[in-house]
Amino acid sequence: MAYSEKVIDHYSNPRNIGTLDKSSKQVGTGLVGAPECGDVMRLQIEVDDVTGIIKDAKFKTFGCGSAIASSSLATEWLKGKSVDDALKIDNMDIVEELALPPVKIHCSVLAEDAIKSAINDYRVKNGLAPIEDTKKHY
Amino acid sequence: MLNLPIYLDNNATTPMDPRVLEAMIPFFTHNFGNAASRNHPFGWKAEEAVDYARGQVASLINADPKEIIFTSGATESNNLAIKGVFEMYAEKGNHVITIETEHKAVLDTCKHIEKAGAEITYIKTNEQGLITLQQVEEAIQPNTILVTIMYANNEIGVIQPIREIAALCKSKGILFHTDATQAVGKIPVDVIADGIDLMSFTAHKMYGPKGVGALYVRRKNPRVKVTAQMDGGGHERGMRSGTLNVPGIVGLGMACEICQKDMVSDTAKISKMRDRLEKELLVLEEAYVNGSIEHRLPHITNMSFKYVEGEGLIMGVKNIAVSSGSACTSASLEPSYVLKALGLDDELAHSSLRFGLSRFTTDEEIDYAINHVKEAVLKLREMSPLWEMFKEGIDLKSIQWAEH
Repeated sequence: MAYSEKVIDHYSNPRNIGTLDKSSKQVGTGLVGAPECGDVMRLQIEVDDVTGIIKDAKFKTFGCGSAIASSSLATEWLKGKSVDDALKIDNMDIVEELALPPVKIHCSVLAEDAIKSAINDYRVKNGLAPIEDTKKHY
Repeated sequence: MLNLPIYLDNNATTPMDPRVLEAMIPFFTHNFGNAASRNHPFGWKAEEAVDYARGQVASLINADPKEIIFTSGATESNNLAIKGVFEMYAEKGNHVITIETEHKAVLDTCKHIEKAGAEITYIKTNEQGLITLQQVEEAIQPNTILVTIMYANNEIGVIQPIREIAALCKSKGILFHTDATQAVGKIPVDVIADGIDLMSFTAHKMYGPKGVGALYVRRKNPRVKVTAQMDGGGHERGMRSGTLNVPGIVGLGMACEICQKDMVSDTAKISKMRDRLEKELLVLEEAYVNGSIEHRLPHITNMSFKYVEGEGLIMGVKNIAVSSGSACTSASLEPSYVLKALGLDDELAHSSLRFGLSRFTTDEEIDYAINHVKEAVLKLREMSPLWEMFKEGIDLKSIQWAEH
């Protein structure tokens, strides 16, 4: 399979690999996917208490090049966004940006799930109700 | 000088040996005759070349030249053997025994005859990828007409106890077929000593051209017959119609001759490189060899690097051509059914690479591959959440994964 230049770039030079302190109240962690499916993504955000802006984002991903690129791109997009704006990131934006082929769309879905999951973890830690995911990916 | 990328996928196909190509060339141009043309020198020359090649092929496997049926490759040979026996011996029974780690060319052919009324038993392998004589014995029924078991596996290279199984089949009056695509030309295969009744193999896995292979069909003790699967001019003793692929057959013959002549020296050289590659990569933590190490082809190793995903790894080792799973299934996202059959965890089955060496592989290429794979594994583990959890001592099985 031929990968797009952007996928290769993110795969070769992944942005924001790393780990944030998951016990911190400012940090939200999303862990999605499963080893038997061949994809596991962990995405973390660190939110500024005062402004509600995501000041840092980190990821680690077990998966193919497209999964690594999707999560790398997601961290890039998350930084500097408010939590509310972060919720608006749609998997199809990732598909478009990375020119993912149909067989790799699930990688972008996983990245979107990881974002939502990290935000919900942050919300719950801070006494807020989790956001219901009303969007269906099928 | 190292030429990149390096080809280490020789169980998918091998490069053609220049000596093979040289032998073939005249039969594309001035010696273009039809081997079935009996009434002029063009035909005679082609027939002579085919006969010579038939002798070369037969010699490699210790068969009589008359027992070699030329086909388009191992897939066709497997189809002809299994469907041909099922149809020819329908009066004797309808039960066929095979194993679950066969190549698709055998498994799907078995599924095909199943729809036509055959009963198939699929024997499970152990965690080494091997089956036992006892398992075959237990699977045999009064209506069993054929046992078809691969000589050596295409993904992990393990060699089944062919001689013992064939002897058991003979004692019960059951025909024994083996898909020996990966074994012929690489290790000694002797249809008499091994007691094989039918055997499929192909040229392009042993430095010959694509599009030509053979089916060995025993003529004595017992005399085996298969129903032809194509109608036509009745070539190849009526078992395989179609104008013979003379240049291809000449190439197969030459490939067999070279393999026979160089087998001992090739094996010594290739297995030494394979062992070095394997040893160096096993230095990595959580690296495993899949399948039996003891009963294995000399030129292959299938390794898993836990907590690294196979497709991502293949992308990371872009300067070496290897496969994750078999070539026929590498477009799918499923882990290899062969590795799953060994009972491997999904994360191990998902993180495998198959390295296949050839007589053209060099020490420099192996050095490069070792470093390249090590680098990629270490880099991908740095970004793997599973590796981090493993390092923190978290049992991955204790986590409630959100399946998608």
